Amino acid sequence: MDKHETTVLLVDDEPNILIALEFLIQKEGYRVLKAQQGAEALQLMQLHQPEIVVLDVMMPEMDGFEVARKIRSNEAFDKTRIIFLSAKGTQKDRLNGYANGGEIYLTKPFDNQEVLNTINEVVEFGLFE
Amino acid sequence: MKPGIVIFISFTYVALLFLIAYYAEKRAKSNKSLVNNSFIYALSMGVYCTAWTYYGSVGRAATTGLGFLPVYIGPAIIAPLWWLVMRKIIYISKNQRITSIADFISSRFGKSTWLGVIATLVAVLGIIPYISIQLKAITTSFELLTGRDDLSVPFYMDSALYIAIALAIFSIFFGTRNLDPNERHEGLVAAVAFESLFKLAAFVIVGIFVTFGLFSGFGDLFQKAQEHPEITRLFTLETSGITSWDWFWLSLLSMSAIMLLPRQFHVGVVENTNPDHVGTASWLFPLYLVVINIFVIPIAIAGLLYLPNMESDHYVLSLPLYNHQNGLALFAALGGFSAATSMVIISVLALSIMIGNNLVLPILLRSNVLEDTVRYNMSGRLLGIRRVSIVVVLLLAYAYFRGVGNQYSLVSVGLISFTAIAQFAPAVFGGLYWKRATKKGALAGLLVGFGIWAYTLPLPTLAEAGLISDTFTKSGLFHLELLKPDALFGLNTGSPITQAAFWSLLLNTMLFVVVSLNTSQSPLEASQADIFVNIYKYRTPGAEYEVVRRQAKVKDIIMLMNRFLGQQRAHLLLRYFEQSKHFDLSKQQIANADLINYAETHLAGSIGAASAKLIISSIAKDDPISLEEMFKILEQTKEMVEYSQALEIKSDELEKTTQQLQKANEQLKELDRLKADFITTVTHELRTPITSIKAFAAILQQNEGISETQKKEFLQIVVHESERITRLINQVLDLEKLGAQASKGIRYPFDLNEVCKNAFQGLKQLMEDRGVTAQLNLPDNILQVEGNPDQITQVIVNLLSNAIKFSDEKAGAVHLCLSKEGKNAQIEVSDNGKGIPEKDQQFIFEKFTQLSDKIMGKPKGSGLGLFISKAIVEQHHGHIQVISKAGEGATFLVTLPLESPQE
Repeated sequence: MDKHETTVLLVDDEPNILIALEFLIQKEGYRVLKAQQGAEALQLMQLHQPEIVVLDVMMPEMDGFEVARKIRSNEAFDKTRIIFLSAKGTQKDRLNGYANGGEIYLTKPFDNQEVLNTINEVVEFGLFE
Repeated sequence: MKPGIVIFISFTYVALLFLIAYYAEKRAKSNKSLVNNSFIYALSMGVYCTAWTYYGSVGRAATTGLGFLPVYIGPAIIAPLWWLVMRKIIYISKNQRITSIADFISSRFGKSTWLGVIATLVAVLGIIPYISIQLKAITTSFELLTGRDDLSVPFYMDSALYIAIALAIFSIFFGTRNLDPNERHEGLVAAVAFESLFKLAAFVIVGIFVTFGLFSGFGDLFQKAQEHPEITRLFTLETSGITSWDWFWLSLLSMSAIMLLPRQFHVGVVENTNPDHVGTASWLFPLYLVVINIFVIPIAIAGLLYLPNMESDHYVLSLPLYNHQNGLALFAALGGFSAATSMVIISVLALSIMIGNNLVLPILLRSNVLEDTVRYNMSGRLLGIRRVSIVVVLLLAYAYFRGVGNQYSLVSVGLISFTAIAQFAPAVFGGLYWKRATKKGALAGLLVGFGIWAYTLPLPTLAEAGLISDTFTKSGLFHLELLKPDALFGLNTGSPITQAAFWSLLLNTMLFVVVSLNTSQSPLEASQADIFVNIYKYRTPGAEYEVVRRQAKVKDIIMLMNRFLGQQRAHLLLRYFEQSKHFDLSKQQIANADLINYAETHLAGSIGAASAKLIISSIAKDDPISLEEMFKILEQTKEMVEYSQALEIKSDELEKTTQQLQKANEQLKELDRLKADFITTVTHELRTPITSIKAFAAILQQNEGISETQKKEFLQIVVHESERITRLINQVLDLEKLGAQASKGIRYPFDLNEVCKNAFQGLKQLMEDRGVTAQLNLPDNILQVEGNPDQITQVIVNLLSNAIKFSDEKAGAVHLCLSKEGKNAQIEVSDNGKGIPEKDQQFIFEKFTQLSDKIMGKPKGSGLGLFISKAIVEQHHGHIQVISKAGEGATFLVTLPLESPQE
């Protein structure tokens, strides 16, 4: 799959983190969408059907797990891959992430290259099929 | 005869008694006892024959013929049985150190104090009239000898009074010189034995004089009597005017009297030195009775023949006098005197022991006078009580004699006493053979029997003497015919004595049996019952206490023994105990059961079983362990209910405690959870800026070709996020400091106006930078509050910063106003921003609450500011609240209590 045809949706309530991630992922060649809230993220999902969602967990109003469940409840997004990127990093949090429909669980503070590699791997190794 | 001679001879006789008693005591001290002899024992039993026998038998024989006999037939019938009954009583009494008949009854029924008291009262009230007739006999004999009427002279010239006083002195001297643990008075017994011989000799000599002096033998005498049918009529059973019903009851009364009269119990049981002496007594004593009665009928006949107009009670004296045998008359009078004195001496002694041990001492012991006993020598006190009792009893007897007794014959008063004493019979003989007999049974029987006795016998005599109203004797109590004392319940056959004996003994026995069957025994009662009924099992003294285990301090035991037995004897007894039991008292703290029982038995010898039990129980802890008691406790459902209620209370308490523990545990868990939450939140709050910093730092490091603008922007973010971390760390530290300060409590009064001004000034630059208009209002007066000004400054700065942050972006305005509201200072901080929605207002003071961006924009705080502010304000006993409506700005109100003016 071509990176340029791949859209990544970034969801985080911290604007500065969104800026950092946007810079990194755009530079790698993906199309990037940003949302600061769960509801906003779901709207963008409907509009752009992104292939990958990088999702924060602790957010006001609607947390990352809920956003993930809502995505998973829609068949249209079956091929969407969800990467959690959370400050919560216990084993329990990870299991919670997988249980709520995430494919990959990364923790903050993240390593820039690790995030990029993960996204690249998801795209390259056809995790979409 | 001149009164002086009579009085002189009488006092000489008393002096002789003193000598005999003194000699016997001296012998006893050097272990050559005179009294330890079965003949002396049998003779001392002769105290049964009083002036009543000496003068009264003749009198009774002269009026009712054979009617004088039953009171001697009864004892003669029962005497062979003494080997069984009397010996058993003696064994029990030696084993239990019993000091009197009242003590015996009390001891049998669980050492009951009450029974002891009642029995003592019965004995005292029953015996006083009896003593009074002895005084009467002495007085009468004096009157006859001197021809003077002593009753018409004032009491202080009455020789009977002085006789009574002399007898009191004698009794006190030989009866209460010291406290004997076995309550033995060898001097007295020897004197009494001598008197028995003396009165027998005197009576027999008078009889011989009459039979062989006035007549020429029995044949002549009866032949002369034949000439007078009214005389011979008296001496045939059918015509003697006394029915077999009377005979039966009189015999029965005297059977019990021979053993239960206080003086008989005293000489027969308490003074007994060897139980086997009973064997001799059981044939010798009836023989004595036969001898002393041989000449009763001859003297009576002679009297009737010679002196038909004289008082028949006086024949023994008046016959020699009439025949001008003054020497013989004096001898006869001394015989009567000896009969009377022996009775009086032993009776008052026995009564005084009862009064002391079973009446006064228990009362003293129970009425907290026990503390006094530490100061007083108790054994001396006991002797004092006895001496006073002796005097009081004799004076009462004298008073009765002067007031009432004078009007009655010797025999009738004696029989009244017999009937009173017979009331002991069911309790004593029942208690001796029937284990089931209970204290309540004995009490009920004794009280009712004694009540009937008092109502039917002595009360009517008092009424006749005019001392009380006599309506109840004439028409019955409450005017009920059935309650007439001389025909109680409609029964009017036989003499008043017979009727009273019948009803009192019948109801006494019935109640004793029925109440016993329907009541239960205490463990002590049961163990005493077993000892009394099965005495031969318990021949070693002290073996009875296997059912009750007790503990006491050795020094308490020694103290008690010193106090009640006297230092010297206590010392001897304790040394004996040490040697025989191989027990070193100086090395032991706690007295064993042996020592306690040893002390109690010896104390019982001095002060009676009930008192000894009381005293010992005052220092010993009873530890009842009998099965019977355990069952009793189990039976007592009331206690069980109480016990289960107590358990319930206990379990309630436990439940409460458990609940409290659970609550505490919950609180701890909650605290733990809060702490975990706090740490998670803090780490998350820390991670967020670090994530940004790390990400941008890496971008800047790895991407050299980024534009300058972007570089600048990214660096700005890094700086900003670093500040955020710093702020957060500071606030966490503040939170920590808050707790520490709260516990230290640094507080002092400060000027709130100054604090507000400083905080406002500190933020002026920031407000200008933001283009926010600011206004400060301070009151004219200085408002003082107590606390920490730095913390209050922190609160105001925090609120002002928030206000600046959230004020309208274009035309921001903040307002700080300090004012006085009643007793409080009020700080008002307001802005003109978007306001806080009502649903969020309750959360804003909680930790890490940040309102959503959408309304407020992303806040630039740690989320701890308001939480810390609230904590500070509350530590200052103040209050913080927010007033706001969405779109209309927010106002934070802080109220702090003003410092009260110094006084």
